Amino acid sequence: MLLADAATPFSWNLLTDFQQMWSYPFMVNAFRAGAIVAVVAAVAGWFMVLRRQTFAGHSLSVVAFPGAAFATLVGISLSLGYFGFCVAAALAIAALRREGQPGGAGESAATGVVQAFLLACGYLFMALYKGLLESPQALLFGSFLGITTGQVLTLGIVAVAVLAVLAVIGRPLLFASVDPQVAAGRGVRVRLLSTLFLVLLGAATAEAAQITGALLVFALMVLPAATAQQLTARPGPSLLLSVVIGLAVTWLGLLAAFYWPYPLGFFVSTFAFAAFLAAHAVRALAGVRARSGRPVLLGGAV
Amino acid sequence: MNQLAVSAWSQPFFHHAVLAGTFIALAAGLVGYFLVLRAQVFTGDALSHVAFTGAMAALAGGYDLRLGLFVGCIGAGLLLAGIGRAGRADDVVIGSAFAWTLGLGSFFLTLYTTSRSGAMGGAGTTVLFGSIFGLNSSQTLVAVLVAAAISAVVLLIARPLLFATLDEAVAAARGVPVRVLGFGFLALVGACAGEATQAVGSLLLLGLLAAPAGTAVRLTDRPFLGLALSAGLAVGEMWAGLAASALIPSLPPSFAIMAAATAAYSAALLIRPMARVRRTLVRSRSVAPEPHGAHQSL
Repeated sequence: MLLADAATPFSWNLLTDFQQMWSYPFMVNAFRAGAIVAVVAAVAGWFMVLRRQTFAGHSLSVVAFPGAAFATLVGISLSLGYFGFCVAAALAIAALRREGQPGGAGESAATGVVQAFLLACGYLFMALYKGLLESPQALLFGSFLGITTGQVLTLGIVAVAVLAVLAVIGRPLLFASVDPQVAAGRGVRVRLLSTLFLVLLGAATAEAAQITGALLVFALMVLPAATAQQLTARPGPSLLLSVVIGLAVTWLGLLAAFYWPYPLGFFVSTFAFAAFLAAHAVRALAGVRARSGRPVLLGGAV
Repeated sequence: MNQLAVSAWSQPFFHHAVLAGTFIALAAGLVGYFLVLRAQVFTGDALSHVAFTGAMAALAGGYDLRLGLFVGCIGAGLLLAGIGRAGRADDVVIGSAFAWTLGLGSFFLTLYTTSRSGAMGGAGTTVLFGSIFGLNSSQTLVAVLVAAAISAVVLLIARPLLFATLDEAVAAARGVPVRVLGFGFLALVGACAGEATQAVGSLLLLGLLAAPAGTAVRLTDRPFLGLALSAGLAVGEMWAGLAASALIPSLPPSFAIMAAATAAYSAALLIRPMARVRRTLVRSRSVAPEPHGAHQSL
């Protein structure tokens, strides 16, 4: 990447660094897009981790790749390809879930088959297209260079829509996620909510995939949420913490990727994983303290 | 174009592909059946990502790609088994760990393509999507031997593993080493993932593990029949896919194999509801005084 050579090297004065970075319009857009994606991924991912649907979430995120390849092949807009495939896959997984019992052998096999087949389709589209799409790596691992203001606007609109629906169904969804049987008994429409949530997850992954690439959406969805849920069990603070961690690792990742010639996804997933491990350590430490009888501040209060 | 396609049947690369593909599919079908029964498909998915990262790390370090595949996959299999209780790992922990693994994979890919002169530009694509038509005779021999060994070990431990899978507590009480089996099994899955990556690629590997086994689980409840069915389906789908891509040159073999596997799975989805209808018919017949249409249900 020539970017690192063109820019002045990283100085430890962050103020001048940011001024320098934001003098490039594409970096400003990258930070905007990164912020939108991080917030949506963190919120949708928080529910995903709570519902133990990480496998479904991962399958939805990789489906962005065939979506993009298909859009390139037939010449429609990339965003349409991303959203079309991700939402379609969400519906397919939701339909197959009905067959097998949740969490059982049938369901995980069904998710795996949907994922592998759609990835194979992506490979086919790519092979058929030949030529200009010189490698799938940009689609799989993403690129934060060249995000346009129009794309940021689209991302923003979808983000607002996804967050609005999640805000409306948030409370019953939380209930249905924590205790599906009791929720069903109280008249919550668990199955409908579960389908709706998968579709929202599909839209959120489609959105994030445009920036981070199909394979690394998952890092933004699962890691901040898992970290936050390690630190506190209360829904509100934990959701907020998840968003903050998501934003922090995305922006730090962009900062690092601007100065070092390695992929953005590598930095984002490394920072997020480091946060996850740190949360594990904090929790283990709190556990040791609790056992030794000293007062515990972490775990409940953070 | 058509002549080229027809002549693919007699080319040595096609023979290699059929030979290696058969054994790889056999191993994947056997291992995959237990993977599905134990509801560990997600673990298989995680291993497929480790396969990519391992291969890229080996290439970046200047080693043979296969070394990275096997060391990475078997190591990760054992690690995942170690994290969880009784050789099973938690969903979110797997997800978190392999989200990072993928990031690391893209790092090694960049390192490899930018630092090594004469690096194969398409190495990443090959690992991700496989190249079964690119195996030479010595690679084929290794693939056959490794896959045959995996199949043999799976068959050897099939009975206790099945017991441990279906009823862990009772199996443990009867003296079955549940934890050791869990470790051994995930090491086998790792070896199988490393081998199958060379054929269908790390991204499609999951299909070979999950689709035939998922089909078998849907079709029968009897364990050993299911195991045989899973292996048979995997081999059949491999052959169908190879034949299809030999006939239609623009069809990548990895896609053709996945398409065959998905078609079989979808067919099983349609058959199973029918079987359920038939069973309810049989049940109602045994209760009902007048057995109407008994011959039809067979």
